Amino acid sequence: METDTLTIEPAEPMTRDDLKADRPTWCPGCGDFSVLAMYQKFLVDRQYPQEKIATLSGIGCSSRFPYFINTHSVHFIHGRIIPFATALSLTRPELFPFVIIGDGDAFSIGGNHLTHAARKNVNLNVIILNNQVYGLTKKQTSPTSPLGFRSKTDPWGSRMTPVNPARQIIGAGATFFARASAANPKHLIQMYERMSAHEGFSVLEVLSECVQFFKGSFDGASSGKGGDFVEIGPDHDVTDEGAAFALAEKPFPGVFGVFHEVRRTTLNEMEQENIRAVAPAELQRPTVDKLKDSFNRLT
Amino acid sequence: MSNPSSISNSVIRIAGNSQDGIQSVGTMLARMAGRIDMDVMTYMTIPSTISGGPSIFQVHMGTATVLTPGDLADVLVAFYQHSYENHIESLRDGGVLIYDDTHVDPDLDALRQRRITPVAVPMTALTVETVGGTGTQKGKNIFLLGLLTRVYRLDYDKVAALVKEQFRGKDESVVRNNLLALEAGYAYQIGDVGSFFTFDIKPESGETNVTMTGNQALAYGAIAGGIRFGAGYPITPWTEVMEILRRELPRYGGTFIQTEDELAAIAAAIGGAYGGTPSLTGSSGPGISLKTEALGFAVMSELPLVIIDVQRGGPSTGLPTNVEQSDLSIALNGSHGDAPRVVLAAANVEDCFYIMIEAAQIARRFSVPVIVLSDQALATRLEAFPYPNLDSLVEEPSLNLATRESHKPYPLDAPTHHAPPGTKVVDGRYPTITGLEHDEYGNPSGSAQMHTRMTHRRSDKLRRLAAELPPPEVYGAKDARTLLVGWGSTCGVIRSVVDQSITSGEPLAALHLRNLNPLPPSLAEIFAKYDNVLVVELNEGGVNGCGQLGRLLRAETCQPQIRGITKSDGGSFRVSEVLERVRGILESTRRPATL
Repeated sequence: METDTLTIEPAEPMTRDDLKADRPTWCPGCGDFSVLAMYQKFLVDRQYPQEKIATLSGIGCSSRFPYFINTHSVHFIHGRIIPFATALSLTRPELFPFVIIGDGDAFSIGGNHLTHAARKNVNLNVIILNNQVYGLTKKQTSPTSPLGFRSKTDPWGSRMTPVNPARQIIGAGATFFARASAANPKHLIQMYERMSAHEGFSVLEVLSECVQFFKGSFDGASSGKGGDFVEIGPDHDVTDEGAAFALAEKPFPGVFGVFHEVRRTTLNEMEQENIRAVAPAELQRPTVDKLKDSFNRLT
Repeated sequence: MSNPSSISNSVIRIAGNSQDGIQSVGTMLARMAGRIDMDVMTYMTIPSTISGGPSIFQVHMGTATVLTPGDLADVLVAFYQHSYENHIESLRDGGVLIYDDTHVDPDLDALRQRRITPVAVPMTALTVETVGGTGTQKGKNIFLLGLLTRVYRLDYDKVAALVKEQFRGKDESVVRNNLLALEAGYAYQIGDVGSFFTFDIKPESGETNVTMTGNQALAYGAIAGGIRFGAGYPITPWTEVMEILRRELPRYGGTFIQTEDELAAIAAAIGGAYGGTPSLTGSSGPGISLKTEALGFAVMSELPLVIIDVQRGGPSTGLPTNVEQSDLSIALNGSHGDAPRVVLAAANVEDCFYIMIEAAQIARRFSVPVIVLSDQALATRLEAFPYPNLDSLVEEPSLNLATRESHKPYPLDAPTHHAPPGTKVVDGRYPTITGLEHDEYGNPSGSAQMHTRMTHRRSDKLRRLAAELPPPEVYGAKDARTLLVGWGSTCGVIRSVVDQSITSGEPLAALHLRNLNPLPPSLAEIFAKYDNVLVVELNEGGVNGCGQLGRLLRAETCQPQIRGITKSDGGSFRVSEVLERVRGILESTRRPATL
C-alpha cells in the first residue's frame, strides 16, 4: 500500500534550528525545557529524517511538546495517546513515533492503556515527564504525588499510596524501563539513546520538576542541590525482573538508568505475522478479486 | 377455502433451542431462496443467556417482493412444547403447524378452531434412526430442511449442494450423515400439505444474488470502501463486524485490532487515520457513549474516520439482543461543543454494504468523521440481494506522501487535506494536529475571530455535502394525504404499509431518510404537501409523541403536522401494527372538536 513518492534530494543534515517551533510557554525554570532540549539534541544526533518523526502527546504541561518541536506532531486528548500511537506504529512502521506525556496521562486517566500497551509489547517509545503534580490545572494531587503532599484537592496532605512507575510498568510487562531526570541532561540523552534502540514497548520516566507547584520536589536527586543522583551500576542485570523490582523499591529519590530490558515478540511483529501468513501472491491480488472470492461463498 | 396451491410468498418460523441448529437451517433456506432468485428476509431471536435457550429463526421468502421478515407465519415448526406454546399465536389462522411429536403435544381442538393444519413428524426419532446417532440431536435441523424442501417443492439437488457446502472441510462421515438426514426429511410422507405451498417459481433471471447479514455487509462494505485499519472492543450486536474484519483485513494487507476498551478503539482508529490509512471503529450504544470525546477530536482535528453503531436497546446496558433506533440523538449530537459529523443510516442489508463505501468516501473527501447507523435487526437479518458490481465499486487505497512545498493543515480558504507523517514539507514547517482551537498551522489560538472562522469551516462541510444530496424520493400513492417518514431498518416495513394501504381507501406515501446529518434538501417543501407527516421509528415518543427523528424534523422543517409513531418493546414494527397506528391517528385527527 505504501507509495513513497519522495524525491531524493541532497541530504543536508538536520539541525536543532530545523526542529525549533514556537517558544515554549512553560514557566521559567520548568524541568520540561531540559527534556525538550535533549529531545531535540537526540533527534539531531540520530539524524532521523525529519518528516518521519512523529511527536505525540496527551494533555498537560508536558503534553505541550508538539507545539515546541517542528516535526509531524499530534496534541491528542487526555489519556488516549498510547492507543493512538499504537495504531500509527502498527500501520506506519517506517516512522519514528515518540509519545510524550505526563504522570496524569500515564498513570491516571490513561493507566489502562499504558498497562495494556506494555503487555502487548507495542513497538513504541513513551517518555513520561513525571512532576508528581497536576500543573496545568494549578496544583491538584497526581497519582505519583508523594504521601503528605499538600495540594488544592488534598489540603490536609495526600494519604494515598502513590504509583511506583517502575514497579507498575515492569509489572505490566514492559520490555524496557529506564529512569532519568531533567536535571541531569547528559544522563537523560543516554537514556533516550537506550530507549530508542530497544525494539518493543519502551518507557522512560523523567523526573521533571514543576517549579510553580512542587518546587524542590526532586532536590534529593540533584547533586547541585544537596542531593545524590545515583546511577544503576554495571552489575545490574537488566534482564532480571526481580532485580529490577528490587531497584524499584529503593526509597525516593531512587536510582537512575535502565532498570529492565528484555526482548519479546512485539505486537507489530505479531500483526505482521498475520499478514505474512497470507501467501504473497494472494496479497498482491487486487482487492476486487479477493472480495469476489468472499462474495462467491455467500451466493 | 380458496385454492392456495400456488403462492408467491411464505413465512416460516422455526422455533426450538439455539443449540438445535435452527439458525443454520434458516440460513441455508435463505441462501437457497437467494440462489433461485427469490426475495428473502430473515429474523431471529438470540437467547440472552450464555448457554443458549429458546430461539427462533423466521424466513420470509417469495417470488414477489419481500420487504419484511413477515408479521405472522404461514408455517410454524415447533421442536418443543415451549416452542409450540410460545409461538402458536405467531402462526396465522389457516396456517400449518409442523411439530416434533416426540416433544410436542398440541391442543388439537384449538388448532381446528383456527383452521390450522397440524402435521406431526417424529423428527427426533427419524433423525436418530437415519443417522444412527445415540441420543444426539445432531442432524435434526437438516432433516427439517429436507422436509421443507418437500413442502415448498424446492430443487432437491440445489439444497443438497448447499448442505455439502455447509459442511465443507468437515469429516466425510459428517457430510454423509447430513445428506442422509436431508434425504430422510425429503422422503417423509406428509400428506397433502405440500399442495398448500407451491411457489410460483419465476424463471431465473440468470443474475446472481448474494445472501448475507447486515453485519457481514458492513464488514465487506468497509473493505470495498478501502478501509484498511480498524480497532474495536467486543459488544453485542457489533462484535461480528470486528470478527470479520480481524479475520479478513490481513488478506488485504491491513489490520484490525481488539483494544483494551472502547476509548482505546476510537483513539487507535484516529491514529490510523492520522497515519493516512482509511480507518474504522464501531460499537453498539454503550461503546458509542464512551467514544464520543475522541469523536470530538476527530471533528476538531478534521481527520477522516468511519464509526459504525449497530444499535441495540438502551439506555445503559439496556437490551443487548433487541432492536431499537434510539442512538440517533447520540449519533447526531454526541460529544461536547459544536461537533459537526456526518450521519448515515442503512435501510436494509444490501444498503449496509453500499453505505460503508459511501461513508468511507465522504470521510475521505471532507476529512470528517462519518457515523453509520445499523441496528440489531439488520445485524442478524439475512437478505438476498443482487451481486454488487464490485469492479466499479471497489476503492484501492493508496497512501499519498508526495512532498509538499508548504503545508497548512487547516487553511481558511480551502478544505483540509492532511499531509500524513512521512510527508516532507519543503519550507520546513511541519503540521500539528490538535484538539485545541487552532490557527491554519495547528498552533493553539484563543482568538475569538479564529474560533468563529474555524467553527464555521468545520460546519461548512455539512453544508457542502447537503448541497450535493438529491431531494428524497417519495414512494407510494400520488394522491396520498399522509406521508410516513422512516429511517434505518424499518424501511421495508414502511414500504409494505404503503403497499397495503393502496387498496384500503386511505392511500399512504412514504419517505425514507438515509442521510440524517446533513438531511437532504427540500424536506419542508415535501412535508408541506401533506396533511399528516408521521415519523415511524423504534424509540421513545417523549413529551410530544415524537421520537428522535420526529423531533429533529420538527425542529428542522417547522412543520406542525409532524407526529410520531414510536415504540420501545425491543422488536421491529409489524406491518399490521403500523397500519393500525396510522389509522388511529388519522381517525383522531378527523374527529370533530367537541366543546
